[in-house]
Amino acid sequence: MEEALAGHAGDAGTRGAHARPRRRASVLGVIGELLITAGIITLLYVVWQLWVGDMIYGAERNATGHELSQTWAQEYVPPAEGSDDPLTAEPVILAEPGDGEEFGVLHVPRFGPDYAVPMAGGVTRPTTLDPIGIGHYPGTSMPGEAGNFAVAAHRTTFGAPFNRIAELRVGDAVVAETADGWYTYRFRTLEYVTPDQVEVLLPVPQALDVPAGTQYITMTSCSPMFSMAERIVAYGVFESFTPRSAGAPASLTLEVA
Amino acid sequence: MYAALWHVLPGPWWLRLFILLVLIAAALYGLVFYAFPWVSQFVNPQEVTVQ
Repeated sequence: MEEALAGHAGDAGTRGAHARPRRRASVLGVIGELLITAGIITLLYVVWQLWVGDMIYGAERNATGHELSQTWAQEYVPPAEGSDDPLTAEPVILAEPGDGEEFGVLHVPRFGPDYAVPMAGGVTRPTTLDPIGIGHYPGTSMPGEAGNFAVAAHRTTFGAPFNRIAELRVGDAVVAETADGWYTYRFRTLEYVTPDQVEVLLPVPQALDVPAGTQYITMTSCSPMFSMAERIVAYGVFESFTPRSAGAPASLTLEVA
Repeated sequence: MYAALWHVLPGPWWLRLFILLVLIAAALYGLVFYAFPWVSQFVNPQEVTVQ
């Protein structure tokens, strides 16, 4: 739009006077226009970085997540006899995924009713965090497994799956969906740590030499936003596993506190 | 520069304006979907993991 206006304004002097010899563009004038253009592009970049990009990526992430959910729902074959009591069903433990291999979708009702971000193995940016969304720390537990199910995601840019991580409230559901069903975790607490504190990934977070007992979830992201100085960590504890045969659990809808 | 571009474009003013808007839209598309994502990996280095 600005460019159109600029073109228009620059044209005003010579408008309707095609017979008159056109004034040659001066070097300084061209440099000026280039600088203005560069300024506009820079401002556009800021707008993209702060709002537009995340909206585009975020929508893509959610679309992919819902697609995965639907695929699993369609591919699901109910067991021959309905002997499985949904309430006492033991969680199915997945094998650890390869780097960039999608294995689940994370639903966090607090982040929005549509929130469904794909999860994949590995926490490197080029293979998992930038193109897919949420990454699973290799070597940590899988959903429902005793120990710590640890994941990481961007808090700003690339769809920012954990953008609203600091808004979580105690008891909020964090639901990992896989082909087998839904693993409901309940958010407990936030912590801010330095980037080298790998203890948050321990089977019992921040507790050395304690064997895995309960199932935890740990979500890490950057803190403060747009900074690399610290990490924000959200912890949750496992509540229940809902096999696909039992249908989507109630935890997927936000209980307004 | 932009004045020159305006003169290079063919047709009456409304056609030139239309072509210009299309060009701007194309430029925006290229920026938003290709240039900006590429730039962002350098401009805004982000680490979200502990290691």
